Formats: sequence, structure tokens, C-alpha cells
Amino acid sequence: MFGATVADSTAPAHDHSVAARAVDLRKVYGEGDAAVAALDGVSVNFAAGEFTAVMGPSGSGKSTLMHCLAALDTATSGQVFLGDTEITRLDDKRLTTLRRDKIGFVFQAYNLVPTLTAQENIELPLAIAGRKPDQAWFDTVIDTVDLRSRLSHRPNELSGGQQQRVACARALVSSPDIVFADEPTGNLDSAASGEVLSFLRRSVDEHHQTIVMVTHDPIAAAYTDRVVFLDDGRVVDEIREPTADRVLEQMKMLSSGAVAGTPAEG
Amino acid sequence: MLRLTVRNLLARKLRLALSGFAIVLGVAFVAGSFIFTDAMSGAFSGIIKGTTADVEVAPKGANDFDSLQDRRTVPAEIVDKLAGLTEAESVHPYNQQQGVYVIDPNGDLVGGSGPPGLAFNYSDTVAITGEPILSLTEGELPSGTGEIALEESTAERAGYHIGDEVELVTAGRNPTMTATLTGLMRFGSAGGLGGATLVLFDTQAMQELFFNGEDVYSGISLTAAEGVSQEELRDAAQPLLPPGVRARTGDDAAAANEAGIEEILGFINTFLLVFAGVSLVVGTFLIINTFSILVAQRSRELALLRALGASRRQVNRSVLAEALAVGLLGSTIGIAVGYLLALGLKALFAFFGLDLSGASFPITLRTVLVSYAVGLVVTMIAAYLPARRAARIAPVAAMRDDVALPESSLRRRLIVGAVMVVAGVGLMVLGFAGEGESGLALIGAGMLAILIGVALMSPVLGRPLIHGLGAIYRRVFGTVGSLATENSLRNPRRTAATASALMIGLTLVALMSILGQSASASTDKAIRESLTSEYVVSNVVGAPFSPKIAEQIRELPQVETVAQFRTAQAEVDGSFAFVGAVDPNGFAEAFDLPIPGAVTAVFRPGTVLVEASTAEQGGYEVGDTIPLELQGGTVKLELTATYPPGALPANYLVTPDTLIKGGLEPLDSMLFITKAPGAADADLRSAVDKITSQIPTVTLKDPQEFAAEQKEQINLFLYLIYALLGLAVIIAVLGIVNTLALSVIERTREVGLLRAVGLSRRQLRRMVRLESVAIAVLGAVLGVLMGIAFGVALQRAIADQGIDVLSIPWLRLAVFVVLAALVGVLAAVLPARRAARLNVLRAITTE
Ligand SMILES: Nc1ncnc2c1ncn2[C@@H]1O[C@H](COP(=O)(O)OP(=O)(O)O)[C@@H](O)[C@H]1O
Ligand SMILES: [Mg+2]
Repeated sequence: MFGATVADSTAPAHDHSVAARAVDLRKVYGEGDAAVAALDGVSVNFAAGEFTAVMGPSGSGKSTLMHCLAALDTATSGQVFLGDTEITRLDDKRLTTLRRDKIGFVFQAYNLVPTLTAQENIELPLAIAGRKPDQAWFDTVIDTVDLRSRLSHRPNELSGGQQQRVACARALVSSPDIVFADEPTGNLDSAASGEVLSFLRRSVDEHHQTIVMVTHDPIAAAYTDRVVFLDDGRVVDEIREPTADRVLEQMKMLSSGAVAGTPAEG
Repeated sequence: MLRLTVRNLLARKLRLALSGFAIVLGVAFVAGSFIFTDAMSGAFSGIIKGTTADVEVAPKGANDFDSLQDRRTVPAEIVDKLAGLTEAESVHPYNQQQGVYVIDPNGDLVGGSGPPGLAFNYSDTVAITGEPILSLTEGELPSGTGEIALEESTAERAGYHIGDEVELVTAGRNPTMTATLTGLMRFGSAGGLGGATLVLFDTQAMQELFFNGEDVYSGISLTAAEGVSQEELRDAAQPLLPPGVRARTGDDAAAANEAGIEEILGFINTFLLVFAGVSLVVGTFLIINTFSILVAQRSRELALLRALGASRRQVNRSVLAEALAVGLLGSTIGIAVGYLLALGLKALFAFFGLDLSGASFPITLRTVLVSYAVGLVVTMIAAYLPARRAARIAPVAAMRDDVALPESSLRRRLIVGAVMVVAGVGLMVLGFAGEGESGLALIGAGMLAILIGVALMSPVLGRPLIHGLGAIYRRVFGTVGSLATENSLRNPRRTAATASALMIGLTLVALMSILGQSASASTDKAIRESLTSEYVVSNVVGAPFSPKIAEQIRELPQVETVAQFRTAQAEVDGSFAFVGAVDPNGFAEAFDLPIPGAVTAVFRPGTVLVEASTAEQGGYEVGDTIPLELQGGTVKLELTATYPPGALPANYLVTPDTLIKGGLEPLDSMLFITKAPGAADADLRSAVDKITSQIPTVTLKDPQEFAAEQKEQINLFLYLIYALLGLAVIIAVLGIVNTLALSVIERTREVGLLRAVGLSRRQLRRMVRLESVAIAVLGAVLGVLMGIAFGVALQRAIADQGIDVLSIPWLRLAVFVVLAALVGVLAAVLPARRAARLNVLRAITTE
């Protein structure tokens, strides 16, 4: 019954502007009576060069979706495509390379290796692959996150906002096809959140980066191009060109259960 | 709090099991040493009691456990006199002879050349145990010089059956002989002779073969009549005996012999316990480290307890209670493993000729108590520091994200470590100045203090090493290499403590290698410098052989002179004396003894030459009279010269007549041969070989071959020590496994993050492996350096005792470091696998 309301997100399969795509994705935890469907048939596309927010009540499956899309977890059924590659078929070795070369991550916390400096952390995925960063791009990223003066510091010498910016820089410096961020501003105050979000926004605008971000915060969602709402493991709604007020309104409707049949407006 | 302790124990089963394992191994070594020496003691005590009758009559001092070549006898007429005693039920004269070996059908010596080869006459004497000393189990009693019986295990090892012709090597007039095997005997009730072999003749045959056909006996055993005590029988017998012959009760005789055995067993026990101690010290490091890491990982939880109102003491106690449980469990398992280890030692010593196959291995109350005491004390001491640190965690730490444990500053550690090193050096210096066992104990304590001091300082001392290794890692392994380096640097105390355990093991291994190599080099030098004879005939272990060999060789045309070198054990002023005896004339030809003037000028009957360091220790000077106490009595000798240490394999040198005066049988242990002018070496060799081939253990060699044979003995001993130190090294390796495993658990999220950003499983395993190798190499390098320092110091200190050449086996030491690196690779296998198996998602999402 929800399928109809989100028909437009099950877009054509070979659209080149689609960076990542989930098709009827299901993820079940536990067995028998205790089974919980964290994802219950999610089909969603993420267009290249777009900044998408994923929102929904706690436990609605946002993180699970993110993990499945980012090749960190395997789905129970359904498919995940990254560009044209179906990652649900790949083995651990391939997935590792894929994460290293094609995907960037920012987690809510604990994004950095404590023994490495900020610069070493940023270069980590490249260094693991045995590649040198492209100097011009590295400089661009560093300047965009405004971290040049902090490069030789260890994580424990950086503020939370700085740490998350380092994490963002790390996610971007290898020029991945897509960046996933799971509540990247969850632990930050509003000023630090602003820094991180405007940086993400800029990397989409200026460098056509594709970003998918989970957030709870309507203000954070307002930085994005599109918001996808999840509830109970299903996509229930989406908004384009969101503003904080509209998102907040939508969230209220979702939590009161009134949204169920209401299609998104405009 | 108790419930919490139990929960914690259960929750951390694996980690505690690893530290418990250190206790198990250490306690096992202690328990095993005691069980093994108890078994030996029981076996020998059984042999002694099983061969002693109610009263034993023998020349004073003869036939004791340590009288090897006593040739004094009692005349036959005493036997008749004693037989007249109403107190005696029966009288059994006996003859015994050492150095009678059985050759198996392949021409090899049964039991090798280590354990003694005995010959008795058969008699039906009953021992104080109530059992006959010997009982015929198969066949018939031998009669005449052409027949023998063999003790069962001897026959079995040789593979001889009744009716076979048995070849024997004897120390008597005939170097070899053959006889027909007519019967098999069981010895005592338990059977077995601890590896020795036993041949039985009839009484006349013994006298004919070994006592020049005279009607004399080595001694007489008496059994008491019904209702007569040992003392009554002894008191009745003593008045009938000529001067110098003494009657002893069986209990006294057995006790005297057992005391002699206990001394040697005590030495073996101490020797083993030293290695047990080393294992325990290494184990202590492992436990300290494990508890430190566990406390660090639980610091948040402990802080929460404190915040909820638990007192410091409660927190402290909950950690100590955990240690107590680990100590108890570890000690219990340790005793069981110790039993197995004792069986292992049995196999190891069997390799050196000690056969304990019939012995029982008792776990006595003392063994159990000592094992528990050691296990618990070590665990509690090791857990005390981490427990104290746990108690110091501030309650507010529960609210913080990153809990840093209060740790003593590195500077304080450095100071305490330095103080310990200085104190240790002081102790060693005192030890070198001191004497005997207390001196050794001081040296040992000094070394321990230095090792602990260096271990304390190692977080600082090791840093440049890790940095150096890190530079190599980075170059060779790139990012993975630098991640591994950073990991080993992030917690210098932990890395250093883990490495220190290996350091201690390797220090001792390196030290022993250096001493062994120096001893070999010193042997080479001594032989090169003072042995002027072209050839040596000897037995590997210095077991005496028949002088007939020397007589036969002397008659060869290719031979110019033969010097017969004999040895004996004696006492001078209560300290042990290793005595060499040689004829002055032959000696001057064979040996270039570095003393001023001609040897013959000072060395003649009635004189003694003393090794310089022995003379110095005893305060003897040229002109003094030296009382040399041999079994048959004390011989007073004039000290006429001293010679440098290591020049001779003896610290007293006398003429052969002195040994005969002392009641010793004239048996040779080495022959020094000079070639006749113009004789061809090959001729001489083949001629001498023909003679020595009668005795498989005695061979002809030139000085180089002789030196090689001596060095082989040194190496054999070295391998025994390596084997015993091996356990300490195993514990240290477990320590590395433990630390890595705990670190991997602690860094779960970091590992998850690394995997998430694209580190492959292989790279992750390599990272753990490189960290492990860094720890192992750090320990090995520190250990080898310490070993070199100790080795040089010890060699210098004992230079005047014969080890006067310092020789460092660089290649071998390098091999140790390489082996340690390989061990590091092995130690990382499980932790690395564990890290690689980590579920990425779980790792990054766990709180
Ligand atoms: N490892 C897991 N085992 C069992 N259930 C899980 C696990 N991870 C998530 N879940 C369940 O799946 C559902 C979705 O979780 P999650 O994706 O983390 O939600 P969100 O990120 O939207 O808060 C929840 O009901 C959660 O309890
Ligand atoms: Mg979530």
C-alpha cells in the first residue's frame, strides 16, 4: 500500500545519473518469532551529484540501509547497485577494495585512527591502497574543510567538529563515487554542525560529489537536495528542496501516524 | 562485590585463561622439579635399602656411595669368625667391582657411558627391606669365570638371552672377556638400577677376575638372628674385626649412602628450581601485563562502581579476588602438569643415562603446599600493582569518554629501574668477591635485580629500537608498517613489559651460549698450549679403564712414551678436590705444564701440585703440607708448585703411588701418547685402534679430536640448559599472544574503522603480525645485549677458574634474534586471525 506513494523512487535501472540504488532490499535480524525486519522491501535511487538526507524515527532502519548500501553489511534479500555494479554479489575481498576506492564514510563518532595525525588519517584509504593523493585535489579538500593548520595534530588534539571535518576530508580525498554519512553531526553542537554541513554542501555544489546522509536534525536536512523518510523499514515519503520547517512538519506527521497515506507535496 | 568478581571471571574466561596459563607453566616447573627429585630419591633410596643387610662389615670409609675405586678388602678368615656369632643368622661375604660394562650384540656399551657398570658375586642375602637383594628369575646360577648372570633390565636392554655369549669390558686385569649367560636376576623388589648395569659372577670368579685370585672380600653382610636387633648384632661383630674394618647397622649404612645421594639430588633439585624460578619471573611479567590491560579495559566500569559508592578497597579487592581465583586454578592445574613435566624430565635425563623407568613419581604434601604457595604468591604480587591502579580511578572518569588510567610517570620508572640496576651490579660484585653457594646466590640476585631494572626502564630504552624498526617497516610495508609501529608505540609500558618477559629468557640463553662458547674456546686453548703429546686415549666421560690398555700400547714399536693419567675424588680441608695422578717422567713428555723450571724437579712421590686458584682459595702456599683425604685414609703431601687454571683436568696433581696409598684401585682415565721418531701416524693409529677397540668407549684421538670431544660435552650440557630455558621462552611467547589478543579486543572499533575504509584482512593480519614481531625483536635484542653484558662479566669473574678465553658466538646470537622474530610471527597467528574475523559493522557500532 505504500508502494504506490513512492513509485517515483523505483526509477529506471540504467540511468547513468544514478550513483546508488537499492531494489526491494530486505534485512531481517534474528529468526522465527524474534525476527525483526530492519528493512522491509526498500527500493530507492540516489542520483549522482545530489545530496540526499535519510530521515525517520529511531529504529526505522536508517543505519541498516546505510550499511547495506555502503557494502558494510549484507542484505537478507534484494539488490544493491553502486553505479552499474551489483555489490550484493561480491565477496569480502572485492567489497574491501570497493569500500577503499569507490565509497567514502563518515560515522557519527570514532572516525579516526588515534595513532595517526589528521593528515595521515585523511590519506589513510589512499595509503592502504598504496596510492598517492592527487596534490591539487588534496589541497582543495583541505582548504574546503579549512584544516591546513591542523594537519599534524593527532585526533585527541582536535575538537569534535574538527575531528568530523577530518573524517569528511578522508571520505572525499579519494574522490569516491559516493559518500555515506551516518549522523555525522549527531555529536556536535550547532556551530560545529554548521561547519561540517556547509562543507558537505560545498563539495556537492563545487565538485559534484554524491552524498547520502542520515540525520535526525531538520536543520541538517535543510542543507540537502532531497529528504527520504523511512519508517518501520520502508520508504514512506520524500521531499525535494527541503526547508527545515517542511521537514519538521513532515516528521511530526510521521510520528503521529497521519502521514501514512499522504503523498508528498510538490 | 563477590558476585561481580565471579561474573568478571566468567566474562573474561579466555583472557584470564592465558594469564592463568603462565601460572600453570611456572607452578608446573616447580612441582615437576620436586616430583622428579622425589622420584629419583625414592628410586635410589629403594636401591640402597634393597642392597643393605642388617649389619654391614667393610673397611672404614669403603663401599660408600661415593667410593668409586676403593680396592681395600677384608680377609676371608673374618668370615669364619663372624659365622660363629649366635646373634648372626647368616653371613654373606661379597665382592664388588665397578667399571664392568656389558657390550650388546652390536658392539655398543649397554646404557651408554654415563651410568655405572657393576659386578657382584651372587649371594642370597636378605636386605633390611626383608626382600632378598637378588633373586634368580630365570635359568641357573653362574659358576666359574666363564659364566655370568645378568640383572633383568640389563639383559633386556642388551637383548641377551640365556645361553648367549656375552661380551664384557672390565676395569680389571682383562680389559675384555666373554662369558656364557646362565641366568637372569631381579634386583631388589622394585627391580631396576637407575640406569646402571649389573653382572653377576660366583664368588671365586669375582676373586679370580678382580682380586688377583686372593681369598679376600669387599665386605661382609650379616643378617640378624631371630629377636636380635641391628645394634646388638653390630656390637657383637665389631670386636671380632681387625683394625680399620668397621661394622655398621644396616640403617646407618643406608642413611650414610642416602645422605650422599641426597646431596647430589639436592643439587639437581636446586638446578631445576633455578629454571622454575626463571619461568615464574617471566610468568609474573605476563600476569602483571594481563591484569593491567584488563583493568585498563574495565576502567570505565570500575569508575562507575566508584561513582555508585564502592570504596577504593572494594575495587582493589575485587581485582585481587580475581587474581586469587586465577592463582588457585592455575596452581591446581600446574601441579597436574608438573606431574607430566616430571615424566618429561625423566625422558630428558634418560637421555643422559639415568633410568627411572621403575620409579614411582609421588606428589607429596610438600610438593602440593610449595606449588600452591608459589602460585598464589606470584599471582597476588603480580596483580597487586594493577589492582592498586584500578582503585585509584576517579569516580568522575565514568562520565568521561576516554578514561586514562592513572599511571606512574615514566620518569619515576626510569629512576627506580636505574636504582635497581645499580643495586644489582653491587650484588653481583659482592657475589664475585664471595664464595661458593652464597656467592652464586648473590650473583643470581644481582642479575635478577638488573633484569627487573632494565625491564622497568625498557619503555624508554626500547623506544629508539622500535623507531628504528618502524623506519624499516614503513619502507618495506608502507602504511600497514607505520600503523603497526604506531601501535607498538602507543602503549610503551605494555609493549615493554611484554618484551621484557622474552628479554629475561633470552638474556639467559645468550649468557649460557657465551659461557659455553668461552668454555669451548678455553678448552681449545688449554689443549693447544699444554698438550704436547701427539695422541690421547680416553673415554668420553672420563670413566676409568683397565691399565692393561696402557701396557699393551707401550709395547707398540710406533710409540715412544705413554703417560697414564688417573683421577680420583677426594677432600682437602673439607672441600671437594678433583685429583689427577700421573707418573712424573711420562708426564713431562706429554704435557707442557706452564710452571717455572722442569716439572720433574718439583713433582715426585710425596708432593702435590695445586691449581693456582684452588691454592689461593684454600690459602695454600708452596712448602705447605696438604692433607689429601682419600677413601682409604689421609695422605699428607708437600705442596711444591702451583699451575695455572685450566692447564689440567684436575685441581690437584699427585703421583700414582699416592692414590694407591689412599686405597684406590689403579685405573686409568686418560693416556697421553708420544710417537716414536720416524713412526707413521697411520701405523700408530691402526695399531692403537686395534688395542682400544676392545673397549668401545675408549678411543684414540689427536689433540684436535680430543678437544672436539670435550667441547661436545660442553654443548650437550648447553642443550640441556636450552631445553630447560625453553619453558621460560614459551611463557614469554604466550605473553605476546596475550598482549596482542587483548590489544586487538581493546582496539575493536579502530580495527572496524580500518576495515571500513578499505584495509583488507590480509593487511590487517600483517599489521598485527608486524606489531608482534616488533615486540619479539625488542625483547630479543634487549635480551641478547644483556646476555652479552652478563656473559662478559661472568667470564671475567671466572677467568681464573679455567674459562680464560672470552668468545662470543655472534652468529648464534644473531640466529636467536631472527628466531625471536619468527616466534613473533607465530605469536601473532591467533590474535591476527581474531582481528581479521572481526565483524566490521559490529566493531564500529558497538558503544
Ligand atoms: N545487529 C542487530 N541485531 C538485531 N537487531 C538489530 C541489529 N541492528 C539493528 N537492529 C534492529 O533493526 C532495526 C533498525 O535499526 P537501525 O537501522 O539501527 O535504526 P536507525 O538507525 O534508524 O535508528 C531496529 O529495530 C533495531 O533494533
Ligand atoms: Mg542509527
